[in-house]
Amino acid sequence: MRKKRLLVKAGVLCMLVLLAFPAFSQQRLISGKVSDSTGAPISGVTITPQGAAGGTTTGSDGTFHLSVSSGTRFLIISSVGYATQRVPVSGATIQVTLASASSLQTEVVVIGYGTQQKRDLTGAISVVGTKDFQKGAITTPDQLIAGKMAGVQVTSNSGAPGASSTIRIRGISSLNSNNAPLIVIDGVEMPSSVNSNGTSDDRSTVAGIANPLDLLNPDDIETVTVLKDASAAAIYGSRASAGVILVTTKKGRGGKPVFNANTTLTAGTVAKKVSVLTAGQFRSYINAQVAQNPADSVYANMMGSANTDWQNQIFQTAITTNDNISMSGAAGKTPYRLSLGYHDEQGILKTDNLQRGTVGVHLTPRLLDDNLKIELNLNGAVTKSRFANQGAIGAAIAFDPTQSPYSKSNQFGGYYEWLNRSTGLLSALATRNPLALLEQDNNIGYSANSVGNLHVDYALPVLPGLHAIANLAYDISNGHGTRTQPANSAQAINNSPGPGYQSKYKQNNTYVLEEYSLNYIKDVPSIKSNFNVLGLYSYANNLITPYNYASLDAKGDTITGSKPVYPTSPYENTLISYVGRFIYTYDQRYILTASIRADGSSRFAPQNRWGTFPAVSVAWHISREEFLRNSNWLSDLKIRGSYGVTGNQDGLADYAYIPSYSLSGNNSLYQLGPSFYNMYTPAAYNPAFKWEQTTSTNVGVDFGLFNNRINGSVDYYNKSISNLFNSVFIPVGSNFTNQMTVNIGTMKDQGFELNLNATPVRGRKFSWDLNFNFTYNKNTITKLTNGNKNSNFLGDQVGVIGGGTGNTIQIQTVGYGANSFFVLQQIYDKSGQPIEGGYADLNRNGVINSLTDAYHYKSPFPPVAMGFSSTFNYDRWSLTLVARSNIGNYVYNNVESGMGATQYIMNPLMYLQNASTSIYKTHFYSPQYFSDYYVENASFVKLDNVGLTYNVGKIGHGANLRVSAYCQNVFVITKYDGIDPEVYNGIDNNIYPRPRNFTLGASINF
Amino acid sequence: MRLSFLTIATVSAAAVLGLVSCSKNLDRQPPNSITASQVFSTAAGAKEALAKVYGAYALTGSNGSGSSDLGGIDAGTSDFIRLLWDANELSTDEAVCAWNDPGVPDFHNLNWTSSNTILLGLYARCMYQITAANSFIQQASSAKFSGQDATDLAHYVAEARFLRAFQYWEMMDLFGNPPFVTDKDPIGTIPKQISRSDLFTYVESELKSLDSANALVPAMQNEYGRADQACVWALLARMYLNAQVYTGTARYTDAITYASKVIGAGYSLMPVYHNLFLADNNSPTNKEQILSIAYDGNNTQNYGGTTFIINAEIGGSMVPANYGVPAGGWGGNRVTANIPNLFPDVSGTADKRSLFYTNGQNKQIQAIGTFTDGYASTKFQNVTSTGATPAGAATYASTDFPLFRLAEQYLIYAEAVLRGGSGGSATQAVAYFNKIRERAYGNTNGDVTSITLQDILDERGREFTWECLRRSDLIRFGDFTSQSYLWPWKGGVSSGTGADSHFNIFPLPATDVNANPNLTQNPGYN
Repeated sequence: MRKKRLLVKAGVLCMLVLLAFPAFSQQRLISGKVSDSTGAPISGVTITPQGAAGGTTTGSDGTFHLSVSSGTRFLIISSVGYATQRVPVSGATIQVTLASASSLQTEVVVIGYGTQQKRDLTGAISVVGTKDFQKGAITTPDQLIAGKMAGVQVTSNSGAPGASSTIRIRGISSLNSNNAPLIVIDGVEMPSSVNSNGTSDDRSTVAGIANPLDLLNPDDIETVTVLKDASAAAIYGSRASAGVILVTTKKGRGGKPVFNANTTLTAGTVAKKVSVLTAGQFRSYINAQVAQNPADSVYANMMGSANTDWQNQIFQTAITTNDNISMSGAAGKTPYRLSLGYHDEQGILKTDNLQRGTVGVHLTPRLLDDNLKIELNLNGAVTKSRFANQGAIGAAIAFDPTQSPYSKSNQFGGYYEWLNRSTGLLSALATRNPLALLEQDNNIGYSANSVGNLHVDYALPVLPGLHAIANLAYDISNGHGTRTQPANSAQAINNSPGPGYQSKYKQNNTYVLEEYSLNYIKDVPSIKSNFNVLGLYSYANNLITPYNYASLDAKGDTITGSKPVYPTSPYENTLISYVGRFIYTYDQRYILTASIRADGSSRFAPQNRWGTFPAVSVAWHISREEFLRNSNWLSDLKIRGSYGVTGNQDGLADYAYIPSYSLSGNNSLYQLGPSFYNMYTPAAYNPAFKWEQTTSTNVGVDFGLFNNRINGSVDYYNKSISNLFNSVFIPVGSNFTNQMTVNIGTMKDQGFELNLNATPVRGRKFSWDLNFNFTYNKNTITKLTNGNKNSNFLGDQVGVIGGGTGNTIQIQTVGYGANSFFVLQQIYDKSGQPIEGGYADLNRNGVINSLTDAYHYKSPFPPVAMGFSSTFNYDRWSLTLVARSNIGNYVYNNVESGMGATQYIMNPLMYLQNASTSIYKTHFYSPQYFSDYYVENASFVKLDNVGLTYNVGKIGHGANLRVSAYCQNVFVITKYDGIDPEVYNGIDNNIYPRPRNFTLGASINF
Repeated sequence: MRLSFLTIATVSAAAVLGLVSCSKNLDRQPPNSITASQVFSTAAGAKEALAKVYGAYALTGSNGSGSSDLGGIDAGTSDFIRLLWDANELSTDEAVCAWNDPGVPDFHNLNWTSSNTILLGLYARCMYQITAANSFIQQASSAKFSGQDATDLAHYVAEARFLRAFQYWEMMDLFGNPPFVTDKDPIGTIPKQISRSDLFTYVESELKSLDSANALVPAMQNEYGRADQACVWALLARMYLNAQVYTGTARYTDAITYASKVIGAGYSLMPVYHNLFLADNNSPTNKEQILSIAYDGNNTQNYGGTTFIINAEIGGSMVPANYGVPAGGWGGNRVTANIPNLFPDVSGTADKRSLFYTNGQNKQIQAIGTFTDGYASTKFQNVTSTGATPAGAATYASTDFPLFRLAEQYLIYAEAVLRGGSGGSATQAVAYFNKIRERAYGNTNGDVTSITLQDILDERGREFTWECLRRSDLIRFGDFTSQSYLWPWKGGVSSGTGADSHFNIFPLPATDVNANPNLTQNPGYN
């Protein structure tokens, strides 16, 4: 029903657009040139006649030619990064100098449900535009802003093609639920990337369906704006606790069609391999063990004669190509931008591949004398992926280097696998051949995603300044795929009833958003006041439908117990919101913003359903005061202060408050008499669920010096989160589980941010721009339980590690940061070597216990993060670099702790495994999982990106060519022993290495 | 202007429609789930709900071997038997485990704390089945069945009450003074604590009330896998045998009374001892079992239960396929030297219960973490009595686990008589004792003419190895924590050493003492 109504409305509005193309009247030609304050020409500047259709953009030399109707009195000259100017049409030629708007003056910034002049902002907001994005092989838009903003941490989750990133704004705001910021694309709030069934949308979990950012072509993005403090974000109420990222796509600029085509070719290489024993070292190690203990000769006999570097076997140099073409112009009164993109990315892990085609359509007509502004955005993406079996990474590190990849027999398709020495059958629990894991596993996923919206803004004739706005949006994704493993594959040989494996998967996501608002903007010059009042209603519904299929063996027989009970497992949630906002500006000096939002969520029982989220902020633009207005050196100074409450419900399961029964799976039957029964299982439920709330305060200063050649901002914030969604132990016997999510506990984040831009050199030929940002964040858990009467309660253990069953290495404890490491204190001998089993007996009871003798040691989250960008322009050359640094983040080296032991090499289950070279330092016989030896300082400095661009200039027929070369992940300076110190949750367990990429690119405008 | 009017009309109409139509959408219902009253509206639904009350002690969760009803513990470790086995066997002379899984090493060291993960899981698992039973009893009362359906439902409710009593007995045996909830307490109620002696009274009254009302199906008459009246007697007999430990008051006469009821109900010993622990032990020819937990490698998959016992016992030079788990063999559990020492010979020539794998295994344990130190057990296997492996077997076992079997009742009778209970005779005690020995020897070579209490303990060691009874037995005999009886690595010392007597009951998990303000920790623990 809803969808149908949407279509009808869209149809009506499209017809309006078409009807509105008027005929051109008498024309005159105007030529001109646009340059910046240094006199350098600016290309791509939009020139539109005020109050009329048409328009053009400047060429690479900054010139333009525009035909306007004789009635046109003004031209509007605008470009991203510069202050917009209105120039009177006096003669046939015009010279325009645009002032840079990286200052606080006139730049327009996207805020929640609207835009605002940057100078009038009262909240903590950061913006990055196209020219400052990270460059090179960028597959997903989140990577564009890594290292570019204070308080915004972007950690790519892995080096897999299309892998998404973990984005954190001002630390973490929830222990057990959503910490990912809300993504808003062209004014459309996207569904949470945290699925309400508890899993996160990553290509590894829901194959084929990526998180909302990942389906946008990075090349289509104009700006990324981050709302960091509560006052800026509170307008998004319950979804804004973790911050808000507003993405604005490129729009048509009007005028004659302008084409851009760009292409990049990237080679990705493995930046660093895990340090394991070579075949030679491995042989010597085992032989030395045998010399000590002759009974170990059984292990020596298992060794092969090959010298295999298994990491070389599974990794490759990955080739990626990315091609985009866009066309921007105007059809009559309708500016448009059309774009097509094709991306083909190999993973550095063999067999991994992502192919993606994207299309973007953006129409921005203005009708009825500009009283009706319409914006239509449609973005689509189709992907085809082959997902490599990432288990091969761990297997390659662990596989015996003395074995060759291939056996001489046909068993297992010719791949070498460990056999039981007496039966010749597959040794079931031994490490699998890494190459076979990749090549005998074919997982192909397809997805089709589309996100779009129609935004209609109508200036009501009844009252000037009153706008009625409707925003209708959707985000639809379909993913499906198949996975097969052949009958002779060791991975699937023990399947029942027969060997081999075939499965399929499918999921549909449908998200619909409708917003209706009234906005009244009134300037009252007599009292130097400006009023801006907004009232909004919004409805968002998200339906996710995973399909369930039986798995089959190679012959097509259903694998035991895999026949699904339910054909689909849909889940759905709805959010209804009412928003009000009032912005008052007095004399452009004093600005007050107040907002309130009421959210109702289907995830809560009726009595707890509605949450109210108010915010207020003020700003004082001191530099506009009389006494500073004429200062030579101080171009800008503004003080901001804000207070606001935001909420969180994302990450909480749908239906979690409702008592219900569901049938158990067909592998979980119970026998009663002759038959097996599906079990009607009561679900644990909590009718008392309510909103998690974040109250935050922020004070900040924005400043510009020496005509804004130095500008920046400083912010201090304090976030306090209450009613935490916390997965805690509940009184046993009170529900159908012993541990569940309840609203319990509080946490706080305090921090300081500095953002600094400088232009040390600004000459006609040479200029140099710098950005530096600094973030300090301290997270503390302040309350975890209601009673906490038991002083022996250590906290909630989290951070499951590899090794053993269910061992954890982190803990949530009051007074400490979230996910602090909880480990035993290693004792060292005189030579500095760790003593196996030698730990400090902290409770002095004579026995070492991995819990009661453990202590809180460091946090995985960096207290300090910094970003540094620099651009040198010389004539036609441009050199950019981006560096990032985290200081004080610690990582548990699970690769070394799991693999750095003799027992790991000579496995009691009778096979060999390779070890980490840390074994030469520790000489451990058994794994010492809980030793603080393995919690390493992972502070780092990374040179993320170096790029060199040469503007070739005109190459005939008005075309302009730029060529560039980039290197990403250039180097890392760190003391950390593993392959990469950047591990978001602090547990390094065989991550997919982030490649070092070398990219060549070319871009043509014509 | 007409256009603008149209736009305004469209927008405002849509806004109004949106406002009206959408607010109801906040009442979203889970699509595949139904309410309790729907479940109990059909006889089939009620039986599927009963399946969960039973399944709560067989499976880790309802969605395959990776799922769990519980939190705070690895899913595969979170079933009843695996946890109970760890607590009741690893803490004794019957077993050591090579693994360093959370909480596992504490048991043999006799130094577990209230933070022990296995104990947390066991406590929560027992209480989970109690909660499932409470909820079943509660919801079933609203069902409107008639005729056979009503009769069946009454039996289901009685069985749920029995299972609840069984788990409360476990809680009393393991944790002494656990939290206490019944079907009178709605979900969300924070349980009160109950003392060990009060819990004894409660379990006794529940069982006696079930017995006197003949609420359960008569002995040996129920479907396989479901409790009958003999289960009530068997549990009462076991509880009375240990009453001195639980309440300070001996109840040996009652133990004799109820053991005799079981013995007189028509059960008979399985002729071949080893067949009790093989994949076809659910066969109707098994007349010895009173109640077993039913496992099935294809339909009832989990990493606990007999899947755990069988896979964990296979390591060293043992070949997993020979035991019916070709994709398994986890190299974990062995016995200490004290157990083979109970037998006349390790090979099982005389006493067929001597089921050890010794090839490449050292009898003495130098390092608990080395599988080849200590004899391995071959008692539980996933092959049938004819040597066949169940179809499709890879890792999951189809062998059922006996919770109550006739042999135990014989030995309860004998022990209770020896301990001074009345209503039985010494002659009968020796006769019952010899029945077990004759089955074990296959002849009368092992018969005795008189028995001592130590003989009973040793016989129980031979008969019930790895059946989760050893800890209670050693406690009843005063051997669990004391210096009087030692085994290798008892108390974490290779020659064995005693420990403080507060270890005779387990601590309440610190997490629950913290979460539930009504709980007080057991003495000796903090």
